Amino acid sequence: MNNGDIGWMLVSTALVLLMTPALGFFYGGMVRSKNALNTMMMSFIALGPVAVVWALLGYSLAFAPGSPVVGSFAFAGLQGVGLQAQGTIPHLLFMGFQGTFAIITVALISGAVVERMRFGAYLAFIVLWVLGVYAPVAHWVWGGGFLASAGALDFAGGAVVHVNAAAAALVAALVIGQRKDYARHAMLPHNVPFTLLGAGLLWFGWFGFNAGSALGATPIAALAFINTMLAPAATLTTWMVIDLVRGGRVTAVGAATAIVVGLVVVTPAAGYIGPASALALGAIGAVPSYFALILRARTKLDDSLDVVAAHGVGGATGAILTGVFADAAWSGGPNGLLGGNPGQVLIQIYSVLAVLAYSATGTFVILKLVALVLPLRAAGRVEGVGLDVTDHGEEAYTAGDGAILVSPNDPAYGQSSVAAIAFPKGGRS
Amino acid sequence: MKLIVAIVRPEQLSEVLGALFHAEVRGLTISRVQGHGGEIEQVENYRGTTVKMALSEKVRIEIAVSNHFVQPTVDVIIAAARTGDVGDGKIMVLPIETIYRIRTGEQDQDAVTPVPAVAAAV
Repeated sequence: MNNGDIGWMLVSTALVLLMTPALGFFYGGMVRSKNALNTMMMSFIALGPVAVVWALLGYSLAFAPGSPVVGSFAFAGLQGVGLQAQGTIPHLLFMGFQGTFAIITVALISGAVVERMRFGAYLAFIVLWVLGVYAPVAHWVWGGGFLASAGALDFAGGAVVHVNAAAAALVAALVIGQRKDYARHAMLPHNVPFTLLGAGLLWFGWFGFNAGSALGATPIAALAFINTMLAPAATLTTWMVIDLVRGGRVTAVGAATAIVVGLVVVTPAAGYIGPASALALGAIGAVPSYFALILRARTKLDDSLDVVAAHGVGGATGAILTGVFADAAWSGGPNGLLGGNPGQVLIQIYSVLAVLAYSATGTFVILKLVALVLPLRAAGRVEGVGLDVTDHGEEAYTAGDGAILVSPNDPAYGQSSVAAIAFPKGGRS
Repeated sequence: MKLIVAIVRPEQLSEVLGALFHAEVRGLTISRVQGHGGEIEQVENYRGTTVKMALSEKVRIEIAVSNHFVQPTVDVIIAAARTGDVGDGKIMVLPIETIYRIRTGEQDQDAVTPVPAVAAAV
């Protein structure tokens, strides 16, 4: 083991964990104020149950020795996961670092279903999804599964995290359906500064996500780190130019989106390409997502915060461009198309399609299973009032006017307001 | 001339505004207000504190209209703001003594007759 590696991986784990609250701010700023807490909680809550099931079972299904498709129960309950070396760091630290990826991946999905998915159903969904979809897909690429054997390059999770979450987001948006106001009334971001704050914190955390995926304080970590700085810079610049050409103004929500898209695009490539390629990859990567966002808004698909356009299109673009720009001279790994290895592009496309197909199918099945027990959608009246009050019993912005203290003897004490709003006439009929 | 004051649910506001514009009622003012209309109070919890919210968020819409526009405007608001539950709001129609249009100094009937807006040169 190496103390420098351990030090860097401790910091990286904390950095990646910070990305989930950051995502909460990024998403929370983009919804209407009546759903601000609900949207932020969809990200924040992943820090609890998802981490617990990851430690108990998810890590084992992803990383314990098993078949090419899924791990095994060998590490269930963290048995055998101690301070012994896994590479050059303690096995336990490796487990924790990977856990932060599972947490952010499920939180990403929430962007497609905000402002109408019931919180209880969401909790059930994310717990089942991390076990049923995330863990096997992580195994395919990083746990010695069949995509690893096929030679797919995914440095920090372009396919495992971003395409995976986006495929789930697409299916979830279709199964749960549009918000009742979608395409009827304008729904504007209620706090763009939150969205900018979230994008900034995501970028900060992403240094741990990408450079930490080198699994040590190595020269490759430095390469991934600088590529994580340069690629989003190029994406942001390109986005700005497209904004200027199309509308004459550079938008703030656009800039926040561009940063995230650039980070997504460089994720699979971070430790495999040179810095000049990172600039090119970031610049090229802006274009598909930019226009996917515009096209999506004209369709009936209410992928509310554009998980598909940012993470799906960005993740797939990054995965494929990794096969183009991969550079043995920088990484010591395989070459891509530009290095005379065109076959790598096909392997990358194969990995994206495999993840897309499995994630979409698995998500559909899990949502239908959850729906047997818990309704997925909030009642229309609840959607009108906003899910902060109904699902959480709190408001993001309240002056407290007219708030009457309820004593523990009052029948209203501890009561939920959901029934009162969803079924105001007193019955559930 | 009458002043129509409508108190409606905030979640119905887009619906009401859309319907008013569709009915060519253009001059209006809205404000965010809080009120109590007999609806069931929401119960909220903040750490150890449980509260009943006796005041609900509402939107007040004020529209000055000429007499023949009163009934159509009221009908449009009722149709668009109604959900059928307690707390849908109220519409009050008040007489107006005098009304001036600031831009021209026009009075009364002329002041509430819409004129097409011309985009000012920037």
